[in-house]
Amino acid sequence: MSGVRVLVGTRKGAFILTADGKRERWNVSGPHFAGWEIYHMKGSLADPNRLYASQSSGWFGQVIQRSCDGGKTWETPGGGMGKTPDGMPTGESNKFVYDTAPDTGKPLTTHQFYDGTQHPWEFKRVWHLEPSLTDPDTAYAGVEDAGLFRTTDGGKTWQELAGLRGHGTGPKWQPGAGGMCLHTILLDPTNPRRMYVAISAAGAFRSDDGGTTWKPINRGLRSQYIPDPTAEVGHCVHRIALHRSRPNVLFMQKHWDVMRSDDAGDSWREVSGDLPTDFGFVIDVHAHEPDTIYVVPIKSDSEHYVPDGKLRVYRSRSGGTEWEALTKGLPQRDCYVNVLRDAMAIDSLDKCGVYFGTTGGQVYLSPDSGATWTPIVRDLPAVLSVEVQTLQ
Amino acid sequence: MIRVVLPPHLRTLAHVKHDVLLDVAGRITRASVLDALETKYPMLRGTIRDHVTEQRRPFLRFFACERDLTHEPPDAPLPDAVASGSEPFLVIGAIAGG
Repeated sequence: MSGVRVLVGTRKGAFILTADGKRERWNVSGPHFAGWEIYHMKGSLADPNRLYASQSSGWFGQVIQRSCDGGKTWETPGGGMGKTPDGMPTGESNKFVYDTAPDTGKPLTTHQFYDGTQHPWEFKRVWHLEPSLTDPDTAYAGVEDAGLFRTTDGGKTWQELAGLRGHGTGPKWQPGAGGMCLHTILLDPTNPRRMYVAISAAGAFRSDDGGTTWKPINRGLRSQYIPDPTAEVGHCVHRIALHRSRPNVLFMQKHWDVMRSDDAGDSWREVSGDLPTDFGFVIDVHAHEPDTIYVVPIKSDSEHYVPDGKLRVYRSRSGGTEWEALTKGLPQRDCYVNVLRDAMAIDSLDKCGVYFGTTGGQVYLSPDSGATWTPIVRDLPAVLSVEVQTLQ
Repeated sequence: MIRVVLPPHLRTLAHVKHDVLLDVAGRITRASVLDALETKYPMLRGTIRDHVTEQRRPFLRFFACERDLTHEPPDAPLPDAVASGSEPFLVIGAIAGG
């Protein structure tokens, strides 16, 4: 019997929502890590019971949690499985230390700060965890200040892939209002050497050698809030998505503008088309139709809520440009929530389900690819992230 | 034995329900107590002080014997009552946030 497991990260803990393939009756477990911010949780494709969670707090910093039983129990990887002879946990699982220049030991590079000066990288939190497609013990972490880390021991230790910061444009990167964060990591399912990341506010980057070297892929982006609107870096990319069957085609929700690339990011063109506003955070692709994409338009960069008090998902079945509003079951008056960049996910059941969470604490499901919507839960803390696992 | 009182979130993280008892060798200072705490509970590394710089996280303070010891040097001796175990060393989270 197939089923789904929805992993919800919120401002005050994590929740796991499970249902069978009909997706009608839901079991809600949580809050896990109560009181902590859970920026992201994600499961491994190679072992669906292996989950990773980013747990953080302004008081106590970053913790990485891992589950080996689908979220029933959790452990800090360095403190759980390995034990010293007297039974005490070994190691630590939350140590994210940026590489330094090998010859001087000084910071590898600096970035632009709010006051225009150059500032060294300072680790703040993990925004996104992306498990390897093939190995449950390997996962990537996108962090603030923007950097990419990798674990190959199930989260016990993390090492920076410093070629991303060190490729040359780092001094031009700058924090947006939400900080300078690496929030999107995409792994190419057909090419294990290729991966993409996106950074606010630096742009999109691609590696073709497994993360050792990187290059900016922002040609075609246009951003009025930077001095040179078509600069090589400096763009506030909010999210990128791809379909597994066609990984050279990328879809992007930028700060403003919905964009599409047909050449693995080498060039981009705008596909905002007839959207009511092209500001937003999430973007995702249908499980079985590579040209069907979803966004949730947000009013503006200074008004982070849906326009006109109506919560509307927009779907394009032509890979952009032509969009239709999906509203059945969603509030169409007095609604002023936001949907954050990691808060949409799509399952791969035959009639694929689309899920998204709001800053108002609702998690909505469409079991029919967007035709109708229903809330799974209504009153969680503000939702930061939503991921879904399709279980066989 | 040194008695350490942790804020609730760190007790949860360390899987302890009450005060933590530590056997600390040598001089009893904030640094030696935190070293012993992090050795016994590695999952607390990075949550009280930075992994590398060992700087205190900004929203935490250290109290003992009705005194705020936060700004004392980390290698300064803690009060005798803490060293003897009759008074606890408290790690306190700031009252802030929502």
